[in-house]
Amino acid sequence: MLSQESLQQIDREIAKYPPGRKQSAIMSALRIAQVEKGWLPKDVIEFVAAYLGMPPMAAYEVATFYNMYDLEPIGRHKITVCTNLPCALSGGVHVAEYLKRRLGIGFNETTPDGRFTLKEGECMGACGDAPVLLHNNHHMCSFMTMDKIDSLLAELESQ
Amino acid sequence: MSAHALILAGADADRGWRLRDYAARGGYESLRRIVAEKTSPDAIIAELKASGLRGRGGAGFPTGLKWSFMPRAFPGDKYLVCNSDEGEPGTFKDRDILRYNPHAVIEGMIVGAWVMGCTRGYNYIHGEIFEIYRRFEEALEEARAAGLLGPNILGSDFSFELFAHHGYGAYVCGEETALLESLEGKKGQPRFKPPFPASYGLYGKPTTINNTETFASVPFILKMGGEAFLGLGKPNNGGSKIFSVSGHVNRPGNYELNLGTPFPELLEMAGGVRDGRKLKAVIPGGSSSPVLPADVIMDCTLDFDAIGKAGSMLGSGAVIVMDETACMVRALERLSYFYHEESCGQCTPCREGTGWLYRVVRRIEEGLGRPDDLDLLRSVAGNIAGRTICALGDAAAGPVQSFIKHFTDEFIYHIEYRKCLVPLAVQDAGNQINASRPC
Ligand SMILES: Cc1cc2nc3c(=O)[nH]c(=O)nc-3n(C[C@H](O)[C@H](O)[C@H](O)COP(=O)(O)O)c2cc1C
Ligand code: SF4
Ligand code: FES
Repeated sequence: MLSQESLQQIDREIAKYPPGRKQSAIMSALRIAQVEKGWLPKDVIEFVAAYLGMPPMAAYEVATFYNMYDLEPIGRHKITVCTNLPCALSGGVHVAEYLKRRLGIGFNETTPDGRFTLKEGECMGACGDAPVLLHNNHHMCSFMTMDKIDSLLAELESQ
Repeated sequence: MSAHALILAGADADRGWRLRDYAARGGYESLRRIVAEKTSPDAIIAELKASGLRGRGGAGFPTGLKWSFMPRAFPGDKYLVCNSDEGEPGTFKDRDILRYNPHAVIEGMIVGAWVMGCTRGYNYIHGEIFEIYRRFEEALEEARAAGLLGPNILGSDFSFELFAHHGYGAYVCGEETALLESLEGKKGQPRFKPPFPASYGLYGKPTTINNTETFASVPFILKMGGEAFLGLGKPNNGGSKIFSVSGHVNRPGNYELNLGTPFPELLEMAGGVRDGRKLKAVIPGGSSSPVLPADVIMDCTLDFDAIGKAGSMLGSGAVIVMDETACMVRALERLSYFYHEESCGQCTPCREGTGWLYRVVRRIEEGLGRPDDLDLLRSVAGNIAGRTICALGDAAAGPVQSFIKHFTDEFIYHIEYRKCLVPLAVQDAGNQINASRPC
């Protein structure tokens, strides 16, 4: 179900916790699985639960509680824009509107070619860098401008 | 000069975060001395109490006192947890501490483990700053390789293991008991207190949780002495503190200042109100702290007691600045949406109340407000506050109460004229990307 490399990464996470506390690695394990699969189908969540020796229900609860897990297929590039108040005071909403226009989609939508999904995010703890956005959960882009968005999209499109 | 960079000293570039750089700045000296001299935990707690250090995570609880609550003699595992789940809108200081000075946090935690007899620790890092989580893991590797972490630290019989754990998008996990649930691999729903974490914490074992900045302050206090740290600030408000300034200023960013510094000095350091416009309001301690109008905040000094007296909270030190172009109804709508989204749903007053607050503020903002909506908001907010398991409920009610109290006219105008008091074009111009920001 998951690659050898992913399983090794999960094993490294498990080792952080005391014996018998494998469940503590669920957040990392789901993250690792999501990076490999692009999103978290049900059978993947069940596999991860079994790997950690926890009930599948407990793993679903985690997957649904935290916003950065994707429980449905999404585009190859997920772009999450922060529109919380501090960012909104400094162009966060403008940047979101620009992205919607450029991609021709709204929040929680994916472009027809399956390349991009746009999401609205909450405060990312980087308000001084406003406007900020996240690419595929793990890469933060700070001090965005329309020009920088153009080059980001061009770069991602060429991948 | 009230600027006093301890934690962020020299932290202006992505250089200088590694162990050798921290050591060159005098890092790990406090720990080495403690281990060599076998300093007693009580002496360190006394130093922290003398320093007047109060928790930097929001509640401002005295750190020395908190550390003294841990049952040191309890046999078996005890845990130490660092709260880097910084998600309170406006707050971005812990990210910079971890980015520029991760070893100060690590050293502070090792000292904490020494004092409280903890065998294992975790730093819970906000999921959205994943690159910082990676860096912290590298810093931990460096510390392990140098014999500062792991078994027999610096050749002594003291052992402590420390690991990084990441969140994945849930503001409520910043609340300490939700964070513990999350660390246990569950959804992050806060626990009833009591029992407090010092008696029933991670995996049911005694646990102490402190904010990133709190831990990072500890090595500096031990190096300069509690009295000297206290002297930087004012009585009961010891030391320096990092303020995250965002919103309508020319130079948003983190500024480390002595507690007790007048607010206008911070505003000036942040380049003043953007494009020379007029200050309207400031949220002084993160989105959960009550908003203060310009004339009130301009007379305040930045410390727990003064901001508290003015009717708000120093909280996390996140200063959100709004100028005359800001519409207070729209600002409140954005915050109410956030709390509604982030309520974990366990308590009815919070789950239902945050939804109500958001829907009513939104309809006022959209020009569909009703004459008795302000009373309705006051009543819903009043029914949440103090009736919930965790303080997220109060945090949702506070902005509503304070925005309505200080900007009543703007809300009434919205309801009567079905539009903003500040023309939309003015708001739009005011909320543009800041052209004069540093990067
Ligand atoms: C909804 C909510 C969110 C919180 N978020 C954070 C946070 O992101 N970081 C933090 O250090 N404390 C946060 N706190 C406060 C913690 O519960 C706790 O008081 C703090 O970590 C204790 O550390 P300190 O004594 O060093 O301040 C939050 C509290 C609540 C109610
Ligand atoms: S107050 Fe809100 S966030 Fe806190 S436990 Fe209750 S429902 Fe959850
Ligand atoms: S409000 Fe956007 S990062 Fe904090």
